[in-house]
Amino acid sequence: MHHLEIRNVSSSYGRQEVLKDVTLSADKGEVISLIGPSGSGKSTLLRVLIGLTPPTAGEVYVGGERVDYGSRRSVRALRDRMSIVFQQYNLFQNMTVMQNVTIAPIKIKKRPRAEAEESARELLARVGMSDKHDAYPEQLSGGQQQRVAIARALATNPEILLLDEVTSALDPERVNEVLDTIRALTDEGITMIIVSHEMAFVREVSTRVAMMDDGGIVEVAAPKEIFDAPAEERTRRFVSKILSH
Amino acid sequence: MLERLLEEVPLFFNYHNLVFIAQAMGRTLWMTLVGCSIGFAAGLLLAVIRQSRSRLLLPIRAVVIAYVETFRRIPFLVILFIVLFVIEPLMPGTSLLGIATVSVCLLSTAFLSEIVRSGLESVPPEQVEGARTLNFSALQMLLLVILPQSWRVILPPAAAFVVMFVKDTSLASQLGVIELTFAGKMLVNRGFSPVLGFGAILVCYFLLSYPLSRFAAYLEKRLAPS
Repeated sequence: MHHLEIRNVSSSYGRQEVLKDVTLSADKGEVISLIGPSGSGKSTLLRVLIGLTPPTAGEVYVGGERVDYGSRRSVRALRDRMSIVFQQYNLFQNMTVMQNVTIAPIKIKKRPRAEAEESARELLARVGMSDKHDAYPEQLSGGQQQRVAIARALATNPEILLLDEVTSALDPERVNEVLDTIRALTDEGITMIIVSHEMAFVREVSTRVAMMDDGGIVEVAAPKEIFDAPAEERTRRFVSKILSH
Repeated sequence: MLERLLEEVPLFFNYHNLVFIAQAMGRTLWMTLVGCSIGFAAGLLLAVIRQSRSRLLLPIRAVVIAYVETFRRIPFLVILFIVLFVIEPLMPGTSLLGIATVSVCLLSTAFLSEIVRSGLESVPPEQVEGARTLNFSALQMLLLVILPQSWRVILPPAAAFVVMFVKDTSLASQLGVIELTFAGKMLVNRGFSPVLGFGAILVCYFLLSYPLSRFAAYLEKRLAPS
């Protein structure tokens, strides 16, 4: 049984079909990267998975259980096991770093405050943000905010982590600090779906890479195959264009 | 002329007149604060209902929109008379002050709900998405994320509205509520100089609205992010 299974999922925005019959699966602890041009549906797929955009067809299974995106209870159960990190961090602007990381454990998962703060301190240390507990998001750089956002996403102990172009909004100098943070997470058994344009990073950390175009998956293969010997012409064109830069 | 005025001053500021003015000032303050506080609470509720996307609330939402859009367009004086003629037969014996206060509630609810709504809308949708993916309930999103970030946008116009309303309550004098304006008129009718009568009223209005605007400025400063 796959940890995460996406079967024939489609999604439309108005009349436009932005996801077309996507099928993809991930085993426990796998790191799957989605690559492809802008507008190919990568981010939409993540939004569908976490229940922000409704699918119009298809099924999603987590740990063998089917997710019913029309049911609030089912989506809540899903989000107990799955977290997402956004391109624009989306940290709560009215809360400190510490509050951002502990709010969900305390208010949603009803953990004791002391316990939640203890694990938040560990998480913030892991992402290298130990000295900023009391800072507000707007006082931090983009890279720092993104590392806090990763800590916040991990604070609910997700089995599956979705990363949506987490370095795209950052200054080039800040990209590596965030990539280092993610790299350190890849061997912790968390299943990850990563949307990224950082091809060297994708190649290094992914167990498999999915090439997407025009709302559909073109091919899924090991990173070595995708980058060195893609089966599909579309993949070859995309990869050669990106790598030649 | 000035001499006569000065002669009149000690007569004007007698105990009876001072109590009379203070009571009138109390009524003006009561109408403004009680009316606008209830109006703010109700306006907040209406704004939240109007924002919700729940299909269950759709009919209620239509009523809310109709209410807000109607009452923002009716002059306060007209609302006063409507409330008077509706309440009087239904609940005979209701005080004029009570009727005026209900009118303030009706009008301020409509205006303040629009102010609150623009505050709620100022919070970027990404903030809400972040909260949704962390399993916040609708109420938690509102109380923990949206409202704390909207006060900054809500407070200045809301305070301006309340300060403005201190003055608008003078229309209640048309109903016979002895608030500041009516009190001034009565003092003049009793033979006191209009300069003294309305001059005292003017000072009272200032004493009411100035501290209110200072308090609003203080709140605004405190709620601004560090």
